[in-house]
Amino acid sequence: MGMATPPAMSAVAPIDADDPAIRAARHPVAAFLLRRVGGAVLSLVAATILIFIATNVLPGNAAVVVLGKNATPAQVHKLESELGLSHSEVRRYASWLGGMLHGDFGQSAVAVAEGRPDASISGTLASPLADSGILAGLTAILLIPLTLALGALAGLRAGRRADHLISVPALVAGGLPEFVTGTALIFVFFTALKVLPPVALLGPGQSPFTTPKALILPILTLLAVAVGAGVRQVRAGMIEVLQQDYVLFARLNGIPELRVLLRYALRNALAPSVQIIAQNLQYLVGGIIVVESVFSYPGIGTYLVNAVTSRDVNEVQAAAMILATLYVGINIVADLIVMFLVPRLRTAMS
Amino acid sequence: MRLDGSVLTARELRVELASGAAIIEGVSLELAAGDILGLVGESGSGKTTTARSLFGYADRGVSRQSGQITVAGEQLDTADSLRRARGRLLSYVPQNPGTSLNPSLRVLAAIEDMLSAHAAESGPRSGRGAAAAGLLDRVGLPADGQFGRRFPHQLSGGQQQRVCIAIALACDPPVVVLDEPTTGLDVLTQDRILAELVRLRDERGAAMLYITHDLAVVGQIASRIAVMYAGRIVEQGPARQILSAPRHPYTRGLVASTPDHLRPRVLEAMPGIAVGVGDRPAGCAFAPRCGQRTDRCETELPELAEISGRHLVRCFEWRSTPAVAPGPPITASPVARADPATPAAPAADLAMAGGTAPVADGVLVADGNLVAGAGADVRVAGPAASEAGSGQAILAVEHLSAEYRGRGARHVAARDVSFTLAEGGCVALVGESGSGKTTIARSIAGLHPPASGRILLAGQELPGRAQRRTTQQRRRVGIVFQNPAEALNPRHTVAAAIARPARLLRGLDSGAAQAEVDRLLDAVRLPARVARRYPGELSGGERQRVAIARALASGPEVLICDEVTSALDVSVQAAVLELLRELRRELSVAILFITHDLGVVAAVAERVLVLRGGIICEQGITAQVLGAAQHEYTRRLLAAAPSLSVSTQAWHDPEPAAPLA
Amino acid sequence: MTAATARRRPAVPWPALITRDRGGLVGTVLLVLIVLVALAGPLVMPHSSTAVLGTPGHGPAGGAPLGLDFLGRDVLSRLLAGGRSVLLLGGAATLVIYLAGLAIGLTAGYAQSFADPVLMRAVDVILSFPALLVMLLFVTAFGGGPGVLVGAAALVLFPGVARIVRTATTEVMTKGFVEAAVARGERAPAIMRREVLPNIVAPIVADLGIRFSWAIILIASVNYLGLGLRPPTADWGLMISENREIISTNPLAVLAPAAMLALLVIAVNLVGDAYVRQRSRSGGDQ
Repeated sequence: MGMATPPAMSAVAPIDADDPAIRAARHPVAAFLLRRVGGAVLSLVAATILIFIATNVLPGNAAVVVLGKNATPAQVHKLESELGLSHSEVRRYASWLGGMLHGDFGQSAVAVAEGRPDASISGTLASPLADSGILAGLTAILLIPLTLALGALAGLRAGRRADHLISVPALVAGGLPEFVTGTALIFVFFTALKVLPPVALLGPGQSPFTTPKALILPILTLLAVAVGAGVRQVRAGMIEVLQQDYVLFARLNGIPELRVLLRYALRNALAPSVQIIAQNLQYLVGGIIVVESVFSYPGIGTYLVNAVTSRDVNEVQAAAMILATLYVGINIVADLIVMFLVPRLRTAMS
Repeated sequence: MRLDGSVLTARELRVELASGAAIIEGVSLELAAGDILGLVGESGSGKTTTARSLFGYADRGVSRQSGQITVAGEQLDTADSLRRARGRLLSYVPQNPGTSLNPSLRVLAAIEDMLSAHAAESGPRSGRGAAAAGLLDRVGLPADGQFGRRFPHQLSGGQQQRVCIAIALACDPPVVVLDEPTTGLDVLTQDRILAELVRLRDERGAAMLYITHDLAVVGQIASRIAVMYAGRIVEQGPARQILSAPRHPYTRGLVASTPDHLRPRVLEAMPGIAVGVGDRPAGCAFAPRCGQRTDRCETELPELAEISGRHLVRCFEWRSTPAVAPGPPITASPVARADPATPAAPAADLAMAGGTAPVADGVLVADGNLVAGAGADVRVAGPAASEAGSGQAILAVEHLSAEYRGRGARHVAARDVSFTLAEGGCVALVGESGSGKTTIARSIAGLHPPASGRILLAGQELPGRAQRRTTQQRRRVGIVFQNPAEALNPRHTVAAAIARPARLLRGLDSGAAQAEVDRLLDAVRLPARVARRYPGELSGGERQRVAIARALASGPEVLICDEVTSALDVSVQAAVLELLRELRRELSVAILFITHDLGVVAAVAERVLVLRGGIICEQGITAQVLGAAQHEYTRRLLAAAPSLSVSTQAWHDPEPAAPLA
Repeated sequence: MTAATARRRPAVPWPALITRDRGGLVGTVLLVLIVLVALAGPLVMPHSSTAVLGTPGHGPAGGAPLGLDFLGRDVLSRLLAGGRSVLLLGGAATLVIYLAGLAIGLTAGYAQSFADPVLMRAVDVILSFPALLVMLLFVTAFGGGPGVLVGAAALVLFPGVARIVRTATTEVMTKGFVEAAVARGERAPAIMRREVLPNIVAPIVADLGIRFSWAIILIASVNYLGLGLRPPTADWGLMISENREIISTNPLAVLAPAAMLALLVIAVNLVGDAYVRQRSRSGGDQ
């Protein structure tokens, strides 16, 4: 599967329906929420620690890296004090963490080095975040119905022509790296057909909606990979549900086939499908990094890549935290939805 | 009972695979209103395929079906008509109710769904809620809204099955097909469901086709029985007659293999194994295994012919079928009434008599018959029957308690269990699932360290974990598990599996071990060439024999058998039990036999412990416990367990006054 | 009920099964070809992978059947040279992934009571991050050298294997033959080696193809972003990004390496799928 974050492996442990603590709880939903949010907070704290360690373990330090090898010791020292690098790690971590909780993501090391008046990161994040949000949002709106519909259809018609027509392209599309798919699409629609632009450059403050054509290929690329993988998983889930005893029981007792498919099969295939969709949405958080790069789309992914390229650790920290938080958040929302869909998880055992 | 017409007539049903091989053929059934027809067969006999074909339902790989089916006068000759008849003329009760109910539908909603699916039969929409509640009431479930709002996972096994029955009855079909409906339920629940079915039959006159592998169960409720073998019906007739005087050698073999806790006898096994779909021979399919066969049987296929009033047999030599002699009724020894002034026998005397140490809440009764709980009127049993074996206890369990811990929750599986096993003797631990019998077995084998108590092997205390036991200790205890499909490592040959304990625990070199493998395969009555095979190439019964051989490879003095025949067909079970009996005699190995089946207990064990919720309710000599049970739970089990020799008059249909013209 | 009739034929070894399947056959052939090109490619390059031959972006011509890249170098030669890094780095990462995944998964699955929750929580922490993000963090900290790429990809991908191994192990542990071994007093290493490991091979092999392709893709993505291997290294991922600007003048410079990566991933997936299909058809004892 060609994903920056392959969906199947990205989810934290799925809801454990047999967890006795949850089953025994008077209010399983509340117990579950507590447990999940608690786990998410722990994950995020772990994320902050790991991100902080990753960005501060450079040989030399951030100041040296940003200024380059030709910097004089005086320049380095000046930048160090401006960035607060002389303080202990723990203190810097604490102040970074505290700042983030207030929405302050610190200062860009490169901007400070260049002496720019406003080096605050928080200001520079808003626009890329919005642009990525639009790209991801539009993709998600198309992703969900496409994955569910195609996956269910392929599962219902498993082994027959409709299934092959859906599954084979899904296998190919879902398996390729985004940059290969994106590049191929650029070749087809720009170089060969000349109907769509190869890049999605936007001016500062320009909304993506002013050049909607530029969004088409990035969205298509993301969809190709996510829907490709998702369809195969939804299809597998559908096939499994159709083999269950309750479907057989309903059929033998004369429940009309349409109702069997809707109320007995699809209804019970929905919960696992939600988890699959959630995994795919999580994938978007990671996949967007490469896709934005392919099309030079000024979102948070490009922001991150630029930050890594220029070794601006503070910017890297900020962008990484945002992406990690989104990733974890999607997981929790998905689990909640699944909880509502699966009666077993909702009701306490009598 | 209407004599003028059958509510279900099936003629010459045949279902084929894509290759043309027939799974079932020539199957004809007739069911009259208010009748229960038992369709009996072991695995591979085609009984489930027959049931499904009545609905026009085909599993994967099945290509076509032919034959005539008529229900309540309607002929179902097209796939379409078969489909339209589902639920309306024919309904289905499944084997596994837990997985057969839609997990997303509440109970009432599921029943209403059935009603609305057959709108023509069930009446206007507004009445459906009441109709559904009425159905719940009819199957003995609470009709109030609270129960109806439950999801399937919130119901017990018995309740789930009742809901399935309610769904099956929703549209008042003339015929209900039940596919092993009580196989997954424990004995007490099964008893209640069977009673329910009989009541429904009496009240509503529904005709039922009851499919099962269990002759004893079908004997309780069916008025007629049809026996299937290798895809054909081999005998069909009135239930009483078939069970008491079977004419087809296979039916006779089934009857002779079925354990009976009320009239225990030596079970007779049938030689050979059943054939698969593609391997059926020309001529009579049972001929290769039949003791009465003639040359004609091997070349010519017998027809199903009537030999007396409505009794049909598919056999040329039915006249020579020997009768099955039922065992003598189980009796307890003469009983003396306890004198309240007489003190209970001290423990020392009991030890000499082969008894056991007293259980904490138990009332001690002489000769080691022990009854737990304060029973009001306790009767003292007479002198013990003599036991096989030398009388020395090879295994002693003292105050054993075992529990499971999981995520803070603690579940006590066994509490203060004590008993002994004499050298070369056989003790059965019997109980329903969750009674703790398997946990006790595993503790003795060293797989589950007890929370408290001692396990003594020939007087020597055994450490809780097998790892901590000495080689000698591990050598002397062998264990065989329930599931033959998982008993053997699929990657190792049979020879490797059997040789391993011999090499590890007895220090044999590869040559000596190989000789042991051959000897043991012979002891378990398997041909020597099996040694080179892999488990995947063996049948369930063969694998279980290999598992027994492996357990014996270390030369143990105690063999623990944990439900070793529960997953096997009854004829295979009889063979394995017979094998264990012989091995016991030849090798003087003591057997601790875990089971839920009282009939098996009666066939195999001299002493029995009845377990419930981890506590021993009653223990003693088998004849005493089964013949004159003291504890209320034991009595309930005995009353609920089906037996071939019980004709429960209240349930049973009387024989027809005159044969049909 | 276990049928007295349930006898099966002896099992067929799985390599034969894969090639019997049409998808598997195509995949295997494709895979062999690409691996050959990648590993032996540098030996048959017509030109050096770094020599400038002419104007950048020149189309296919005499000595350069695939044209020239954005610096004027021979695309074909760079193509032949560019597979090694992909294959070797991806392969190395996969090796580490399975070593780590097996070690941790087996331990967690075997010693269920104490090791299991601890190890699995730790593993889950890694899984709660987007994979590429972790790669980029590693590159930020340690640079984009091959060792970093392999290590980071291994770290990101081994938890999935650990989970699969653990699940398979706990499942096998409940089976009768394992309990029989425990009752015989066999030691943990012996049990894991003789009873558990041979019987968890199937899900591991089923995962192998996908895991390998993910490792390749992750590393190639980092190279594509310009944060991994540095120019003038010939690497298919890097080649796709660096030749973006000449996609209209010599599209082959971009399409050729893209096609190679695509075919590699497709081939691996085809073989993996064929294995899963055949295994379930032949009864799952393999």
